[in-house]
Amino acid sequence: MRLLRTAFMTLVAVFLALPLIVIAGISLNEKRFLSFPPEGLSLRWYGELFADAGWLAAVERSLIVATLAGLLALTIAVPIAYLLWRHGLAYAKALYGLGIAPFMLPPVILALGYLIFWTSAGNHGQLENVVIAHAIFLTALPLITTSLGFEAINREVVEAARTMGAGEITVVRTVILPLIRPYMLSGFAFAYVLSLNEYIIAFMTVGFTYETLPVKIFNALRYGYSPVMAVVAVLFMAMSVTIFGLIARFGDLPRLLGAWAAKED
Amino acid sequence: MRPAGDTAGTRAGHLAGIYPALMIGIFFLIPFALMLAVSVAHRVPDGFYEFAFEADNYRRIFEPVYLRTTLFSVGIAALVAAICIAIGFPFTYHLTRLPRRAQVLWLIFILAVLSLSEVLIAFCWQVLLSRTAGIGNVAVWLGLVERASSFYPSFGAVVLALVYLVLPYSVLVLYPPLSRLEPEIPEAARMLGASPLRTFFGTVVPVMRPAITAAAIMIFVFTIGAYLIPQVLGKPEHWTLSVLITDQAVFNANMPFAAALASFLMAITVVLVMAVLWLERRQEAA
Repeated sequence: MRLLRTAFMTLVAVFLALPLIVIAGISLNEKRFLSFPPEGLSLRWYGELFADAGWLAAVERSLIVATLAGLLALTIAVPIAYLLWRHGLAYAKALYGLGIAPFMLPPVILALGYLIFWTSAGNHGQLENVVIAHAIFLTALPLITTSLGFEAINREVVEAARTMGAGEITVVRTVILPLIRPYMLSGFAFAYVLSLNEYIIAFMTVGFTYETLPVKIFNALRYGYSPVMAVVAVLFMAMSVTIFGLIARFGDLPRLLGAWAAKED
Repeated sequence: MRPAGDTAGTRAGHLAGIYPALMIGIFFLIPFALMLAVSVAHRVPDGFYEFAFEADNYRRIFEPVYLRTTLFSVGIAALVAAICIAIGFPFTYHLTRLPRRAQVLWLIFILAVLSLSEVLIAFCWQVLLSRTAGIGNVAVWLGLVERASSFYPSFGAVVLALVYLVLPYSVLVLYPPLSRLEPEIPEAARMLGASPLRTFFGTVVPVMRPAITAAAIMIFVFTIGAYLIPQVLGKPEHWTLSVLITDQAVFNANMPFAAALASFLMAITVVLVMAVLWLERRQEAA
């Protein structure tokens, strides 16, 4: 049974890792066209990425969008999570539901809504279109993590601060914020990474004017393939692993993902 | 009795709620309402529309092409959800039984795969299933087949890549409830002499039924929203509603029909989700 279990887990690991191995292989393949088995190892395509203004610009755009969208999502999510925790009001619950909803809908619906919205507003292809769209789409992530953070706060600590005369704002600043900062950070990180990789909303809001990396990759895929795509994929992958690795290093990853209180081996 | 400072604090709290309410109202509810409004608008030939109230766009959905696509989208999403639960549930169960360190490593890996763009997933599987560089060549190399062949575009390729796309989500949705499952429950079953398989299906699965339903619904919705994979790895008959919606909106500039299709997609998603929840509740009551 134990053997069977290990075999099953290994099989899933292989399935999940297979495309990553392939893409790493392509990025290191010397030739432009793919062949099996791979011929020659080189870092040529990595060099090409850093020499290609088009790809670098797309990387830069994606990083800008993801950073702004992640921050904006955080500013929407934190007050909702706070209100829900502090006052438990009905409208805070409604806001929570509305904050989660965009992430639960098929993204093409949201994408189309924004296409119509920004066209009606006469605001074509601007950076803020995709930033706001991504922020609303991804608000669910910091909303979930910060809500977990608030739940973990011991209310007695807050009461103690209040008894000693601290006003609401002082309590938030000196007691609550430090306690939920890790949850805010991880919520931002989740939104950031998903924004970086999002295609359909970016395509429908600014696809033709502000080409983000996924859009550029898809265009490259359609109109002629280049191994530089694989290089970009490897770098993005490395970035995701680093970000989530850092969260795990400095925070409690299982707890952030909703596991019950930390248990030690 | 509330302390004196609390009312002022509550007022400040309410103020804090105005900003997110405005953001969500303006940038979620308005675009959404606009889309619904456009879905009944009248299309003007030059690619624009004027507001009206007509059902023509909805009537067009009932043409065989769109009905077939709808059925196909729902069917493939249900199939992918079933596969993901069949793999994801036992996987996540074992994952939560691992030592914490191993769990963390697995979670980092799964989050990294989850954050992989649909574009990249489509591209990776395209390579993996291709004739020139794909897994077919491994079979040739092993002497299993004479010549490598391409495995895409095909239905299987679409399903495979979709499972890859949403499997990480299913693990993350199942992870919290499974990690909270008391180890005493399966242990007791084992102690009473149940085989590991029987323990799993006899105690773990029934306790986790609501979580499984929730996960299946979420996977279903995520899959039905997939856009690139059906397009890159499938033939036109494997395209989903998402592909047709984008086509209508971006390439045919028929916004009203795109909006009607999107509203329709939304409606079936909501109806199916509610039907599953209702069935679940009825079974629980019985």
